[in-house]
Amino acid sequence: MPTTPKPVSRLIDAFSRLPGIGPKTASRLTYYLLRNGKEDAQTLQAALGDLYSGITFCSVCFNISESDPCALCTDASRDSGLICVVEEPLDVLAIENTGRYKGLYHVLHGHISPMDRIGPDQLRLQELAQRLQGGTVREVIVATNPTLEGDATALYVARLVNPSGILVSRLALGLPRGGDLEYADRVTLAEAILGRHKM
Amino acid sequence: MDPQRVRVYQIEALVLRQQDYAEADRILTLCTPHGKLRAVAKGTRRSTSHKAGHLDLFMRAELQLAKGRNLDIIIQAECQESYDALRSDALRFTYACYVAELLEYVIREDEQPEVYYLAVDTLRRINSEVNPSIWARYFDITLLSYAGFQPDLYHCVRCGREIQAEMNYFSLEQGGLVCPSCYTNRALQVSLYAQKLLRFLQRNKPADINRLTVADTTLGEVEHLMLLYWQHVLEREVKSAVNLRQLQNEMTIQSQPLHTNTKSKQE
Repeated sequence: MPTTPKPVSRLIDAFSRLPGIGPKTASRLTYYLLRNGKEDAQTLQAALGDLYSGITFCSVCFNISESDPCALCTDASRDSGLICVVEEPLDVLAIENTGRYKGLYHVLHGHISPMDRIGPDQLRLQELAQRLQGGTVREVIVATNPTLEGDATALYVARLVNPSGILVSRLALGLPRGGDLEYADRVTLAEAILGRHKM
Repeated sequence: MDPQRVRVYQIEALVLRQQDYAEADRILTLCTPHGKLRAVAKGTRRSTSHKAGHLDLFMRAELQLAKGRNLDIIIQAECQESYDALRSDALRFTYACYVAELLEYVIREDEQPEVYYLAVDTLRRINSEVNPSIWARYFDITLLSYAGFQPDLYHCVRCGREIQAEMNYFSLEQGGLVCPSCYTNRALQVSLYAQKLLRFLQRNKPADINRLTVADTTLGEVEHLMLLYWQHVLEREVKSAVNLRQLQNEMTIQSQPLHTNTKSKQE
């Protein structure tokens, strides 16, 4: 009976452990790398090798970075009075891509999820409280996901920040650009009506 | 038509859990009148998704699903009820998580309409009633009986004698009250008020619960007892109880009582 060579089955196995990749996709990726010659495989190998050696967590904002503190935290042109609180490092990237925000960030690394035993102590909330003690911060923008768990996380951030008197704001909720009003759900539409602005 | 050949079907469901899956999908754990169901909601992590707003955690929605090879796929969703206070009140949100976690452990994958309607009613009341804690206890007692673990509160589970109005004990192993003469050091002490509250919740309908006023200490005692009993029955930790306790402690420190009443009027 024909068997898959060990190096091939090892790579298929490694790919299929990644989120969103099943055994079929893993096999397809592995055979693609085999078919396309050594170059692609070597680029991937080098990138994977550098992933952990070249990456660290910023001790100020807890974003992934090449240096500590990260380039965003040390950038003097950014407004240090603004801190945008996000759930994951990818959220920083999404906000940076807008080009509209020039403040600093704070990455919580998750959201409140009591069913998974993730409470405020498992997030970087105490570190946020410490950052606020410097007296330079004038506004904390909560940019957690617009889900029930994101809302609960936002509540915890607000409870933490409010006693200090610093302004806490939340990203606007409402209709997505390119969406269709008739398909909007009740909660989103209600939030869009409440969050309407003057023209 | 042969039910095996039905490719698309409609069902009412409550969203108990969401897990990110693939590029922009989520796998939802649903509580339905026909039992537990896991289904894929494609593209719901994208901000332009039409379905995402109808399928948030603890929403009750009317769904249309297509049979999939492994998991069924949600093709349409229409929110029927959302519990808005859970978004602005961390304590109510955590009580809802406690309810969802227990449901996830207890419900089977077959017809259980009574559990579904209990879940919907409990979330509705945790969302709107003054004291969510009492509704979580009503849920505990009722779900325990649906799951076949109804505690015996009227007769000693060791000697069978009728329980007298005095301080008694609770045996997690035998699932009920134990009289003082059968007491062993493995049984938990249960005050008279806590026994009365447990019996009231076991005997009465939701409409009667609203006329109940209970001291915080009694509610706390029953909450602790129910948690230990669940953990014994399920043989696992109830994770959301940790957050719940932490939140309650914080609120006690801040002197914000969960509800205002002093004396019990339990039976």
